Amino acid sequence: MSIDGIGAAIKRKEDLRFLSGNGKYVDDLSRPGQVYAHFHRSSVAHGVLKSVDISAALKCPGVLAVFTGEDIAASKIGGIPCGWQIHSKDGSPMVEPLHPVLAIGKVRFVGDAIAMIVAETKQQAKDAAEALVVDIDPLPVAADLTAALAPGAPLVHDEAAGNICFDWHIGDKAAVDAAFTKAYKVAKIELVNNRLVPNAMEPRAAVAEYDTSSGDYTLHTTTQNPHVIRLLMGAFVLGIPEHKLRIVAPDVGGGFGSKIFHYAEEAALTWAAPKIKRPIKWTADRSEAFVTDAHGRDHISIAELALDQQGKFLALRVNTKANMGAYLSTFAPSVPTYLSATLLAGVYTTPAIYAEVKAVFTNTVPVDAYRGAGRPEATFLLERIVDVAAGVMGMDKVAIRKLNFIPNSAFPYQTPVALQYDSGDYNATFDACLKAADYAGFEARRKAAAAKGKLRGIGISTYVEACGIAPSAVAGALGARAGLYEVANIRVHPTGSVTVFTGTHSHGQGHETTFAQLVAEQLGVPVEQVDVVHGDTAKIPFGMGTYGSRSLAVGGSAMVKAMDKIILKGRKIAAHLMETDIDDIEFKDGKFTVAGTDKSKTFGEIALTAYVPHNYPIEELEPGLDETAFYDPKNFTYPGGCHIAEVEIDPDTGVTSMIAFTAVDDIGRVINPMIVEGQVQGGIAQGIGQALLEHAIYDENGQLLSGSMMDYTMPRADDIPYILVGTESTLCTHNPLGAKGVGEVGAIGSPPAVINAVVDALRDYHVTHLDMPATPAKIWSIINANRPQMAAE
Amino acid sequence: MVPHIHLTVNGKSYSAEVEARTLLVEALRESLGLTGTHVGCDTSQCGACVVKVGDMSVKSCTMLAVQAEGLPITTIEGLAAPDGTLHPMQAMFREHHALQCGYCTPGMVMSAIDLVESHPEGLSEEQIRHGLEGNLCRCTGYHNIVKAIAAAWPLMHNKALPQAAE
Repeated sequence: MSIDGIGAAIKRKEDLRFLSGNGKYVDDLSRPGQVYAHFHRSSVAHGVLKSVDISAALKCPGVLAVFTGEDIAASKIGGIPCGWQIHSKDGSPMVEPLHPVLAIGKVRFVGDAIAMIVAETKQQAKDAAEALVVDIDPLPVAADLTAALAPGAPLVHDEAAGNICFDWHIGDKAAVDAAFTKAYKVAKIELVNNRLVPNAMEPRAAVAEYDTSSGDYTLHTTTQNPHVIRLLMGAFVLGIPEHKLRIVAPDVGGGFGSKIFHYAEEAALTWAAPKIKRPIKWTADRSEAFVTDAHGRDHISIAELALDQQGKFLALRVNTKANMGAYLSTFAPSVPTYLSATLLAGVYTTPAIYAEVKAVFTNTVPVDAYRGAGRPEATFLLERIVDVAAGVMGMDKVAIRKLNFIPNSAFPYQTPVALQYDSGDYNATFDACLKAADYAGFEARRKAAAAKGKLRGIGISTYVEACGIAPSAVAGALGARAGLYEVANIRVHPTGSVTVFTGTHSHGQGHETTFAQLVAEQLGVPVEQVDVVHGDTAKIPFGMGTYGSRSLAVGGSAMVKAMDKIILKGRKIAAHLMETDIDDIEFKDGKFTVAGTDKSKTFGEIALTAYVPHNYPIEELEPGLDETAFYDPKNFTYPGGCHIAEVEIDPDTGVTSMIAFTAVDDIGRVINPMIVEGQVQGGIAQGIGQALLEHAIYDENGQLLSGSMMDYTMPRADDIPYILVGTESTLCTHNPLGAKGVGEVGAIGSPPAVINAVVDALRDYHVTHLDMPATPAKIWSIINANRPQMAAE
Repeated sequence: MVPHIHLTVNGKSYSAEVEARTLLVEALRESLGLTGTHVGCDTSQCGACVVKVGDMSVKSCTMLAVQAEGLPITTIEGLAAPDGTLHPMQAMFREHHALQCGYCTPGMVMSAIDLVESHPEGLSEEQIRHGLEGNLCRCTGYHNIVKAIAAAWPLMHNKALPQAAE
């Protein structure tokens, strides 16, 4: 390998521009003649929108136009589409209500856009919003899952009886029921997976432009997948053909899933651009982001695990209610179903599993994929119930896991819930993590903490997830309305430097470095001779973007395929130049060599020959060295591993301190270990945030109480410990890189490790579970209600 | 009545017409085109907008542009030497992979410099973490940011860090 190729922890190419203030984020754009949009939003969660009087707003200084739902309705454009269709148990399709670009007839959540004001300056647009006269008749509110499912609950959509979007199931109910009748013991748990706000540091923003001479539209927007936005917005909402619509996602300041989706603001701005005939810019305030960015999680589940006398898992039964919010966001229906319930086997050989999922409309912000998307929910449930099962059986938490692990000899392993795991070594990651975390030495640390009056706990999570999304035909059969392949175009220039065009998008993942390393390694060119271009539909063939930890496993595999074509063509050119047969040409370390001789041509010489084809097999071979490949994965990929958290609780205050966090993950092939470590640490910090701090709380009127960064507890530097990260890799067996994916493992594996540690710390207080976030108030109440005889003080 | 202000940013003089209610960060980004300073919230919580005003690090969303009249301002764009040599804090952020999406980075670097400059006696891990109370990062989990700041301290003070951060 080259010194900066696969496996090298080289510094990132993108850092210099970010460190010097030269990043180019959407809000940094300033187009000639640019004007500003402001969205006026509903402050009530549910109501009849009787009228919007715009006359006074139109007279405000600088105002160019005010648009409402009536304008949207009159223009006959479509609603915001949903990209995944689930069918209920009875075969009926999910209820899919119209999601208008601006509210028509009713408002359905606090934050629902009522009007878009366009003015010369941002402040003028905001000022004019004060002059709007909006008449809303409030309706009763279904503010959360429980309220929405109560008998006689107010209906969010008239067509969704009982607020049910779909009632789905997976697995073999009869086999599960039969196994439970034979169970020695049953572990049971009821839990809430707390609602979260993704809070990427860059708020969403967009600039829409229309070229009156060409009729071309350009939308710069904060998205993780520009082609998906072009398809959804162009084809389904606005009716703009793809060749007239360009979507650009420049530097994007974090996504974590929240920037996958097609949002109404993008459509409203693009729709208005030809009417205003000037570029229109909108940037969300953080307060606006809190009530418009799709939220994450928000499931309530009941689970039961049947065990035999030895502690082997016989069957798992799960019933989940999943909050969809007021409208279906782009991938919302897939999250609690095919991204979650299919993971309920986890790393265990449980032979029978049955899961039911009710998706429910509420008067809240739409809920969709957030880092991990469904897999953190499944993992939290499973790793909690395994700890509860250990308690019920009187077994050690390590032993019960090891007893039930899928053995290495069982791969490829078919789970009872659709997935087939290709590879893994769960004992290897578990043993390495136990050692790195000094699990064996914990008892001594617990005693030392107790001597200081502190309650110390340790928690384990052993997990697997499914990512590398996804084989198109499989995803299609499960309800996806898109293919999920990826594209790469490798353009070798005449002097041998390379530009890589990828359909994936980097919003923090460091693709410009990782992919350059991959290409440098395969083609034998220096890494600084490779540039990676992403995020522009005018430059890149149709690609599907970045989510589901897919960029290396799927996008990188497309690059390998394209490079295979480059190398094959290069060998043909080399064979011609060196007057030998192509079978005699070997390519290694950037050189085409005649096997067994010292005759060779460099990669650069071959590139130049391809573009200056004077001595060239022109009859058989086209000039140029520029190849494109689409890669459709054969299966999902299955990263897994072990996370161990150690906490200390102050019994006087209920405050939990994160003392240590250790992770050993199997993520397949590692290109840049420095970037991998950073991805895992960041995901774990989000998992710790979910477990201890973060919660999107609605009151009964549908007002988001934790609706600002003063109220919603984001993890800060002193909430997070140093995070020790290791890898124990097995290679994915079905993609050319052996890559599995790393973006989400941290957020998937960590929350149950933290809560298991908190429950362990509270072992003397009769606690088997507490819901996230484990706030000081919750813990203090538990301690105070259950003070044992020998309290720590 | 639109006030006319003079700002000195990164050693250069600028004049601009801004509304009295214009925040310093808005003036920097929109009037002066210095878009390296970012806005990540609207409640002075995230610290993406931290700049140096006079000898204090300030969240530029918490002061009006007119209040900065006559005071020297340093933003992320003004840290590197004219020949492009990075400030030690920038260099250590790169060395220790203390940034991912880059959005919190300018404010994080500006706060980190102030933190190191104001602790010539030394800086523990706990002090670094506490000193970053005003800056949010959603990508890194802070691990590498803390390491980068500890690594920058000796470079900025030209001596070994008395109390190792790790």
